[in-house]
Amino acid sequence: MANLSVNIGNLRLKNPVMTASGTFGYGEEFADLIDLNQLGGIIVKGTTRMPRQGNPYPRMVETPSGMLNAVGLQNKGVDHFVEHIYPRICGLDTAIIVNVSGSTIDDYVAVCERLNPLDKVAAVEINISCPNVKQGGMTFGTTCTGAQSVVSACRKAYDGTMIVKLTPNVTDVTEIARAAQEAGADALSLTNTFLGMAIDVERQTPCLSTITGGLSGPCIRPIAVRMVWQVAKAVNVPVIGLGGIMNGRDALEFILAGATAVQFGTANFVDPQATIKAIGYINDYLDRHGLDSVPQLIGALKA
Amino acid sequence: MTENKKHILDFTVRQNLRLGTNYALLKLMPTGGQLPPCEPGQFAQVLVPNSKNTFLRRPISICNIDPNENLLWLLVRRAGEGTAALCDLHEGETLNVMLPLGHGFTLHRDGTTLLVGGGVGVAPLLMLGKVLKEQGMQPEFLLGARTENDLLMLDKFNELGPVHITTDDGSAGVHGVVTRHPVLTGGNMAHIACCGPMPMMRAVAALARQQGIDCEVSLENLMACGMGACLCCVEDTADAGNVCVCTEGPVFNINRLKWQI
Ligand SMILES: Cc1cc2nc3c(=O)[nH]c(=O)nc-3n(C[C@H](O)[C@H](O)[C@H](O)COP(=O)(O)OP(=O)(O)OC[C@H]3O[C@@H](n4cnc5c(N)ncnc54)[C@H](O)[C@@H]3O)c2cc1C
Ligand SMILES: Cc1cc2nc3c(=O)[nH]c(=O)nc-3n(C[C@H](O)[C@H](O)[C@H](O)COP(=O)(O)O)c2cc1C
Ligand code: FES
Repeated sequence: MANLSVNIGNLRLKNPVMTASGTFGYGEEFADLIDLNQLGGIIVKGTTRMPRQGNPYPRMVETPSGMLNAVGLQNKGVDHFVEHIYPRICGLDTAIIVNVSGSTIDDYVAVCERLNPLDKVAAVEINISCPNVKQGGMTFGTTCTGAQSVVSACRKAYDGTMIVKLTPNVTDVTEIARAAQEAGADALSLTNTFLGMAIDVERQTPCLSTITGGLSGPCIRPIAVRMVWQVAKAVNVPVIGLGGIMNGRDALEFILAGATAVQFGTANFVDPQATIKAIGYINDYLDRHGLDSVPQLIGALKA
Repeated sequence: MTENKKHILDFTVRQNLRLGTNYALLKLMPTGGQLPPCEPGQFAQVLVPNSKNTFLRRPISICNIDPNENLLWLLVRRAGEGTAALCDLHEGETLNVMLPLGHGFTLHRDGTTLLVGGGVGVAPLLMLGKVLKEQGMQPEFLLGARTENDLLMLDKFNELGPVHITTDDGSAGVHGVVTRHPVLTGGNMAHIACCGPMPMMRAVAALARQQGIDCEVSLENLMACGMGACLCCVEDTADAGNVCVCTEGPVFNINRLKWQI
């Protein structure tokens, strides 16, 4: 049995397999089907200062090898999380990471401040990449100054490990990555969803209420792998890779490209047990290749 | 209603009964072990096999549980590629299914429940009728279809209670939509349980509200996960705003919904 643990800044994960925000609820939804304690980490739903109803239905459509969503950060707000959800999940033996979203810098800061005292929150993931909200979200993540201003403000408000989640909807993701690192990010995660659109040809209407939405699933994987590879070379902080990972083999693509850990998103909808199977696969892979730890594989791409 | 534990199980197709060209009744047996307990109105998330162009699971109502034979029945309408692949399954093939999901119909012990179904929406009503009958109640059915050939599983419904019929073309039963049928307009039942196309459910809900009859409908919102994780399937409610149809539904009392009826 190889050692599967990895470090994200000061945060030690028992293995590199985590679940992506917005695709795994608060973990509880999956408790009948998998042992949550086996996961490297759970990144909970995007959490905002105030409750949000999200976008009108329809919010999803299946597309070739993936899906578009326009959920729009529906959540009951950070107070509800702290008072009702945190007590239920803080006993889990896995890293609980809260995805922080907002429309203004003050919003992000307020959520970080509220989470800062909670010792069972292992890290925050600052989402500067949501394509489904009109203000804030992705607009912060598409310019270096925008990214820098949110990240440095959150840095002051949060003492623990701070991951910054990047959007792929930019010309050069490495510039934003460097800006986030300079502003105090302990790690970077990428990618969020790709801005996309689908049309119901018979009705001649958009498939989503918001017209455009975020594309996820295996259709985005090759682009996400490329971006992780570029970013891992451009920064010194750990990179967490995601985008279309369906199984352990896919996860290893990201790790070989330079990711220290990975997140499973849309895969959870198809196979709610995909994460657990992947942990086994990675362990077998290390054994098969005569390796005894995951860091030996990080960025080990022979090119 | 009790919260049944979710399972992911492989099933073997024991029988695929083609019902006309557009429907199939699949009888599935868990490849190992027993079927988990399921309630009428709950659904399953089915992974579509042999299908290159579909990706997500497909939500399908639990049509019946046959505990003696250890069989799960699914009634499937050919709507697109995923359901077509399910309709074309052969005996002996394997199907991966997650179940049971969601909250089903209320089992009323006071007064008659009229079970109103349209098209493939009759699927969950078979199990509901069976369970009501087992509990000593007397369910009554009103089934609507486009033509006589689209009336599904009539023999099975006939075993459970009185069956009233409407067809759009008048080829069987009362000519027209279900809301034209005297059993519904007469308003002699205490409860309505309805599953079918949206226009039908809205019309039935409007009539129920007019007549002050308690009414539940089963929604078919587009779903990704089917288990409350993605928040894609939401319906706006009077009491709680957007809620997940896959966990709080698919069955809702019409008083919770914000339908303009
Ligand atoms: C809780 C629930 C229970 C259901 N029970 C049954 C059942 O017992 N038997 C059955 O045959 N079908 C049932 N459906 C509908 C079934 O899930 C869809 O027909 C199926 O997902 C379509 O997939 P497809 O690949 O065949 O078609 P696609 O190519 O995905 O779509 C074909 C057409 O079907 C429509 N469609 C897609 N998804 C849905 C959906 N969720 N609801 C309604 N229309 C949809 C699309 O808009 C499109 O017009 C149920 C849906 C839900 C949400
Ligand atoms: C339904 C849905 C909801 C999502 N919600 C969030 C969210 O709240 N915050 C966030 O940072 N990312 C969110 N995402 C993006 C995912 O976390 C992930 O970055 C993206 O889906 C790509 O990974 P995948 O292809 O493995 O799904 C969401 C994705 C989906 C499909
Ligand atoms: S389908 Fe994912 S929450 Fe209902």
